[in-house]
Amino acid sequence: MSLAAAERALRRSAALMLVALALLAGVFVRALAFTPPDAIQGPAQKIFYVHAPSAWVALLSFVIVGVCSVLYLALREQRIDRLAASCAEVGVVFITGALVTGPIWGKTIWGAWWTWDARLTSTLFIWFIFFGYLVMRSAVHEPGQRARFSAVLGILGALLVPFIHVSVVWFRTLHPQPVVLKPEGPTLPGSMLATLLASFFVFTLLFVALVWQRYAQAEVADARAARQAEADDRAR
Amino acid sequence: MADLLREAWIIAAKDLRLEFRSRTAFLSSLAFTALVLAIFNFARDPTAVSTIDLAPGILWITFCFAGLLGLNRAFALERENRALEGLLISPVSRQALYLGKMIANLVFVGLVEAIALPLFALFFNVPVLPVLGPLAGVIALATIGFVGVGTLLSAIAVSTRFAEMMLPLLMLPFLVPPITAAVQVTARLFGGRPFSEMVSWLKLLVGYDIVAVVTALLIFEFTLDE
Repeated sequence: MSLAAAERALRRSAALMLVALALLAGVFVRALAFTPPDAIQGPAQKIFYVHAPSAWVALLSFVIVGVCSVLYLALREQRIDRLAASCAEVGVVFITGALVTGPIWGKTIWGAWWTWDARLTSTLFIWFIFFGYLVMRSAVHEPGQRARFSAVLGILGALLVPFIHVSVVWFRTLHPQPVVLKPEGPTLPGSMLATLLASFFVFTLLFVALVWQRYAQAEVADARAARQAEADDRAR
Repeated sequence: MADLLREAWIIAAKDLRLEFRSRTAFLSSLAFTALVLAIFNFARDPTAVSTIDLAPGILWITFCFAGLLGLNRAFALERENRALEGLLISPVSRQALYLGKMIANLVFVGLVEAIALPLFALFFNVPVLPVLGPLAGVIALATIGFVGVGTLLSAIAVSTRFAEMMLPLLMLPFLVPPITAAVQVTARLFGGRPFSEMVSWLKLLVGYDIVAVVTALLIFEFTLDE
C-alpha cells in the first residue's frame, strides 16, 4: 500500500472514531438520565451498560484473533497478522475495562471486589493469554517469525480456553446468569434493553474504529519505512 | 507411524543421553523441587489447617514449578552452537522432532516427580502408599498435558528475548485445566472418596491431553525457522 493511501485510511478511521465517541457519549446520557434505575440494585446496575458491552467486544476480538491465526498459517498474508495484532491490542483494552468495571459493581452487590467466580476467572485468564501474546510479539524482531509464533499461540488459545472455562465453572460459579440471550427471551424491561443494545452497538463501532486506526497506523509506519529505505538506496 | 516413533525416539534418546552425561539440569531441578517442598512447610500454620487439606495444592504447585524449569532446557540446549539448524537439516520430520522433544521432557519431568513424591510424603506425612497406583495415573495424565503444551511453547519462548521469563508467562494460563483437575482428583484420592466423584475431572484431563498434544503436533512446525 502506498503512503498516501495508508494515510488516507488513517484519516478515515479517525473520522469513524469521532462518530463512535459521540455516540458513546449519547449512550451514556441515555443510560444515566433516561433509563430507569434497577428496582433492587439501584444505581450500581448502571455499570452494566459499560461492563457487558466491554466483555462482548473482548470476546469478539478474541474470536477474530483465533480466526486470523488459522488464516495466517494457511495464506501467509502479512495483513492478516496485522489485523490479529490490532484486535489483540484493542481487545486487551476492553477486557481490562470489563475486569475493572466488574469489581466496582461486585463491591456494592456481592460485598467483595473480587470473587473466584467462573466468568471472572475465565476473563482474567483470557486477559493473561492476550497479555502474553502481546509481550511475546514485542520480544520477537523478525516480522515473519513474529506472525508465525502469534498464530501458533492464537490457535492454542482458541482451543484451550474452553478447557479453562470448563475447569473454572466446575470449580464454582456466582456470576449473574444471562438476562438477554437465553431460550425463554430477554427478562430485561424494554427501556433497559434498548439502552443495553444501543450500548452494544456503540461499543462494537468503537472497537471497529480502534482496530481500523491501529491497523492503518501500522500500514503508515511500514510505508514510511519503505520510503525511507528507498531514499537511503538512492543516496548511496 | 512406525517411522515417526522411531525418529522421535532417536531425538529423545539424544536429549536424554546429553542430560545423563552432564546431569546438571536434572540435579538442579531435583534440588529446586526439594527446596520448594521444604519452604512450603513454613507457608502454613500446622495448628490451623490440617496437612491433608493443603497437600494436593502443595504437590501440584511444586510439580508445576519443576516442570517449568525442565521445559526451558529442552530448546535452550539446541540454541547453543545453533544445533537446532543441524536438527532441521537432518531427515527427521517436524512431528518426530516435537514428539522426541516431548518424550525427553516427559522422562525428565517424570523422574523429578518420581523422586519428589516420596519426599512429599515424608515431609508432609501424607499416606501416599495406599493410593499410589491411581495417584501415579493422575500424575501421568496431568504431566502429559502440561509437557505437551510446554514443549510447543518452549520452542517459541527460546527464540524470543527474555526467554526464561517468556515460558512461564505464556504457559501458566494454559496450565489451569490440568492443574485444577489434578488437584481435585488428588484431594479426593487422599480423602478416600469414591471413583465416581473423580470421573468428570479425569475426562477433562484426558480431553485436554488429546487436544493439546494433537494440536501441538500439527502446528509445531510453524515455530521453527523455514
